[in-house]
Amino acid sequence: MRCQRCEREATIHEVIISQGKKQERHLCESCARQAGLSSDPHLPIAQLITGFMLGPTPPAAPTTAAGSESNPAKPAPTSKAIARCAGCGTTYAAFKESGLLGCPACYDAFADRLGPLIERAHEGACHHVGKFPRRALRDCRSLGDRDRVEVLLGSAREREERLESIRKSLAKAVRDEDYERAAMLRDELNRVTDLLQDAGNA
Amino acid sequence: MKDRTDPIPDPLPPATPQPPLTGATPGAVPERAAEWLRGEGDSSDVVLSSRVRVARNLAGFPFMTTASRVDRTQILDLCRRRLLALPAGEGRRVLWVDLHTATHDERDLLVERQLISRNHAKGKLSVIGGTSGTGGATGSGGGADEPRGVAVVLPEERVSVMVNEEDHLRIQSIRSGLSLDACLADVDAVDDELERGLDFAFHKRFGYLTACPTNVGTGLRLSVMLHLPGLKMTGELEKASRAAHDMGLAVRGFYGEGSEAAGEFYQVSNQTTLGKTDALLLKEINDEIIPRLVGYERHARQKLLTDRRESTHDVVARALGTLRHARLLRSSESMELLGLVRLGISGGLLHDVTLEQVHALLLAVQPGHLQRAVGRTLNPHERRASRAELCRTRLGGS
Repeated sequence: MRCQRCEREATIHEVIISQGKKQERHLCESCARQAGLSSDPHLPIAQLITGFMLGPTPPAAPTTAAGSESNPAKPAPTSKAIARCAGCGTTYAAFKESGLLGCPACYDAFADRLGPLIERAHEGACHHVGKFPRRALRDCRSLGDRDRVEVLLGSAREREERLESIRKSLAKAVRDEDYERAAMLRDELNRVTDLLQDAGNA
Repeated sequence: MKDRTDPIPDPLPPATPQPPLTGATPGAVPERAAEWLRGEGDSSDVVLSSRVRVARNLAGFPFMTTASRVDRTQILDLCRRRLLALPAGEGRRVLWVDLHTATHDERDLLVERQLISRNHAKGKLSVIGGTSGTGGATGSGGGADEPRGVAVVLPEERVSVMVNEEDHLRIQSIRSGLSLDACLADVDAVDDELERGLDFAFHKRFGYLTACPTNVGTGLRLSVMLHLPGLKMTGELEKASRAAHDMGLAVRGFYGEGSEAAGEFYQVSNQTTLGKTDALLLKEINDEIIPRLVGYERHARQKLLTDRRESTHDVVARALGTLRHARLLRSSESMELLGLVRLGISGGLLHDVTLEQVHALLLAVQPGHLQRAVGRTLNPHERRASRAELCRTRLGGS
């Protein structure tokens, strides 16, 4: 197939279904780059598509906790931003070099690549359990601010997933007859259940 | 705002002045070491001290890697205000030190007392983002004059809070013996108190966000300083170190990352911070892993005292002899000798010196403390001479 813009062989094929309509784009590598599409073969396809669909956005202020802004900075979905945090401009390459991220928004900007890395570094764990910033959460609840609660604790589905993962660990501890651990996990389950129920009422 | 609120005080000013060293300011050296060196608490024959720290970052600010000087100044001001208002408790107060204006010697004293990291003293961690050049980082470059500081709760010097280290806030508590639970309670209380007035960067999936993803989640690091001369002398140290690694612990030297384990003092700490609650992490380390390592060391010491009693006695007695009579001592040599004397005391082989004397010396022989005792900057040769003199005086030598 030929590139839609020039006569070269098309190597990048985009299919986007938007409001029930199918849109296709077939581009060669250089035209794809100009159009803001990356030809990086290691790039997750989902990211490539979101990048194409959302178009470039201006950099957002880096924040993830309640109190300043209600939405955390999202990675700017251009081909450049795929490897660069919109919040602070840190590239993934710079992170790999120093081992340090540039701002809280980097965690979202590089979520796809950081996720597996974090899992490896933390013996397979991928979800935080334990302490929460209580005052921030209390403030959102008293203000009835659902958005901020979601920033801190995740959506209803994510919250349920977290509970489920604790329940699984608890079941495993019971199976392994590690009752001390099971007791701690039960306490954690109760604590998180209370926390999330309260949050749900925000 | 004042740049400096106070000079670094002696933690527990001596009731009666110390006998002066030649050329020393009387009473300048604290009579007793920092509380973490008291040699008290659980398993204190093997566990010198316990330390807990949590990493926190303020929401709405970039991490230190990309923070501009304006960001850093704002972060410092915000944190300093909250820290100086910390309710420290009956008879306590918070000392604040602006490290960018502190003298080199003052920074050394804080490092040696384990109240700040070596990197924080140098302002080193601010450098990374500024020099990489590839990340589009806006960090201001870093260095000794970068805005940063530390709050220390006096008089015990258990709790200290570093501002603008690798993370905006590093809250730590350090106590003598195996007491990670008490340290965690200290840190938790300060964290809660600070959170009343500061918004911490928190992620619904990753928890508390930190500049380095290896600290993300709880941001919690539990460490203990172990004295392992028995394992060293029986040749089982390597095995124990591997066991510690297998149990998910990192092993480092006396002054943390990159430092050497002089005197067979080792810092071991957890490596994972995500997916386990604070309580679970504490239980694993405080109640399971460390007691096991303590058991290995006690077993090794027992073996030395039964199978090789005479040669062990010889080694520790020679160490004490050297400390009592040497005229020049290097820092690492003095640590090694003190480590051996410590083994001799806990094994009941040496009777005319106390653990307290040895612990006080572990701190007093460090260059910063030595120079403060003498009251001036010393060249390396002078340091060795006054270190040897200090050991002779304190240990009843001639």
